[in-house]
Amino acid sequence: MSRKITRKASGWILDGNHAAAQGVKLSRVQVIAAYPITPQSPVTETLSEFVEGGKLDAEYIAVESEHSALAVCTSASMVGARTFTATSAHGLAYMHEMLHWAAGARLPVVLACVNRAMGAPWNVLNDQQDSISQRDTGWIQIYARNNQEIIDSVIQAYKIAESVYVPVMVCYDGYVLSHTEMPVDVPSQENVDRFLPPYKPHTILDPANPKNYNLVTLANPRVNAEGVLCHGYMELRYLLQEALQNSRETIIRAGQEFGELFGRSYANMFWEDRLDDADIVIVAMGSLAMEAIVAADMLREAGHKVGVLGLRVFRPFPKADVLKALKKSRLVVVFDKNISYGLEGATCSEIKSALYGSPINAVIRNFIVGLGGRDVKARELVAAVNKSLSSLKEGGLTQEYPEWLCAI
Amino acid sequence: MGTRDCQHICSESSPAIGEAGTTGEWRDAFPVIDQEKCLPVRQNKPSCFLCWLYCPDAVISRTIPIRINMQYCKGCGICAQVCPACAITMVNEEEFCPSGTD
Amino acid sequence: MTKTSYVNTRSYEIRWHGRGGQGAVTAAKIVAQAAYLEGYQGVTAAPSFGAERRGAPVSASTRISPQTIMVVSQVENPNAVVVLDHTLLKYEEVTSGLVKGGWLIVNSRRHPKELDFKGDFNVATADATRVCSNLRLIVAGLTVVNTAILGAFVRATNVVGLASIEKVISERFPNNTIDINLAAIAQTYEITKLEKIR
Repeated sequence: MSRKITRKASGWILDGNHAAAQGVKLSRVQVIAAYPITPQSPVTETLSEFVEGGKLDAEYIAVESEHSALAVCTSASMVGARTFTATSAHGLAYMHEMLHWAAGARLPVVLACVNRAMGAPWNVLNDQQDSISQRDTGWIQIYARNNQEIIDSVIQAYKIAESVYVPVMVCYDGYVLSHTEMPVDVPSQENVDRFLPPYKPHTILDPANPKNYNLVTLANPRVNAEGVLCHGYMELRYLLQEALQNSRETIIRAGQEFGELFGRSYANMFWEDRLDDADIVIVAMGSLAMEAIVAADMLREAGHKVGVLGLRVFRPFPKADVLKALKKSRLVVVFDKNISYGLEGATCSEIKSALYGSPINAVIRNFIVGLGGRDVKARELVAAVNKSLSSLKEGGLTQEYPEWLCAI
Repeated sequence: MGTRDCQHICSESSPAIGEAGTTGEWRDAFPVIDQEKCLPVRQNKPSCFLCWLYCPDAVISRTIPIRINMQYCKGCGICAQVCPACAITMVNEEEFCPSGTD
Repeated sequence: MTKTSYVNTRSYEIRWHGRGGQGAVTAAKIVAQAAYLEGYQGVTAAPSFGAERRGAPVSASTRISPQTIMVVSQVENPNAVVVLDHTLLKYEEVTSGLVKGGWLIVNSRRHPKELDFKGDFNVATADATRVCSNLRLIVAGLTVVNTAILGAFVRATNVVGLASIEKVISERFPNNTIDINLAAIAQTYEITKLEKIR
């Protein structure tokens, strides 16, 4: 193999967990509360070492459960601290109630979800069922394809969360990214400080100005003692949805500013690979989106015009952007590392929802892949696309249920 | 032929010898029993058998004398720890070569 | 991401086999880091997941490429297989997929010819255990051969240079362990026996 020197010989490789921890440290997080779970534990172990060693000026609180972890983070966030927690699978499920809470309370907590399969049966390996199961809670969800995107997304997450007052979940594949070392450029503290101003809370507990936050709120709006017409429950929830809908602008602007300062732009809701002339589009999320690019290369070799839509922001779902990106497509093959049981892969449903009502009449095929850490190879993605192309010739109707790439 | 033929609908397994392979290879120390100290041997009747009870891999037999299945014993040392007569010692395998390999 | 085709650029892939506690995963990472320092744009190092216990078979992988690596799936056709514990050789999966003309590198006191492998690959052996034992490179009662075996790996494949490996160890290992590890690598490099396929 030729020894091609393509860059200056320096720099270190990091695994995804260490990349996330570095991102948290650079973001000058003030309160960390976490409970260990495979494969996330090294994130918070590393952070506790940073705090212990004086490298990060933060409170590290070892709680007895993930539910408590997020409860501590929301409380700390409420009083103005920049907070962080990390978890996976059952840990995320355990804090489910608090996920709803943090979003409803409009607190800019950032959480790293190291994607892992849900039991039963027990499986510590990768799939995206855990974070996908939480897509209704009101959190912004961003998926990283590789370890560079992990550290960059954590830093941007604080900028986004604190601008729109919506919590942000940064998701990355367990083991495939979390435990795999690859090149990561760690930004300088100086530049991160330029990018990330201090957190300005909209809530503060001050005896001189007493307030009650997130009190019982009735169905209907009501006039308070000062004569102001205050929201009912539904209006507050409307505002959360509005914040998520509008967050697209903030996400893209943060991504652009990040690019200007650090040389890597994230001014997008998804990564596009050769979509300009593609009539076949592969949709994937997380590390699978990289393997999909290799699959696209193989398909291009065989003469097909294939592009890859690597979904980055899952919530808010970028319907308009997806519609624009798929306008030339006649076949969309969606690979989901999750499934909404009884229906289909979540990404597939959402892609269909984006295309509904538009003149695009693409055939959409859904494949469930990689559950429980099942290895997914580029050639398997290629075979799935080829199979879909055959079905396309036979007739354009979408199948009722997704196909699975497994050994049943 | 896929996996459907195993007919399980949830993950299940029954106790079976060798489910995790020949775990005896994982050892770096193995237990040696001093029969003169072992209580059931000395008394020549069933008694004690704490090693059998505590062995996490069920490789110790409840017999007189005790037999340990070295094909599967992982060398965890729990038997040596719990033996009230201190009849079991763990011996390092460092230079031990399983037959047929080196 | 650029529009370069990944079809024609295959990474150099290494699969490492050892037992829990021997440091196979660390070896995989050291080589990846060394390659990155040499200027390879794409490197990855990953553990394989099974029983996480001392003595249980573990494996790890390293990929090296002049381009950013987009493949995250497991290594199927390694260019090199490194075996830290010769007792693993009896398992088929250890050499499975090794490419024609690839390298099998084993920590063994035997000469490659004595290992009696029938395959289209080259074989290298080195008694890393003896080297490390003599150097007293022992951690928690186990002779740690993962750095030593890197000497054999470099000698056989020359995929990365000894100097890069030494640099990684000097920067990532605790100060008081650097010299002993560098010595282990250098000595193992010297005693490595190579047997190329005819």
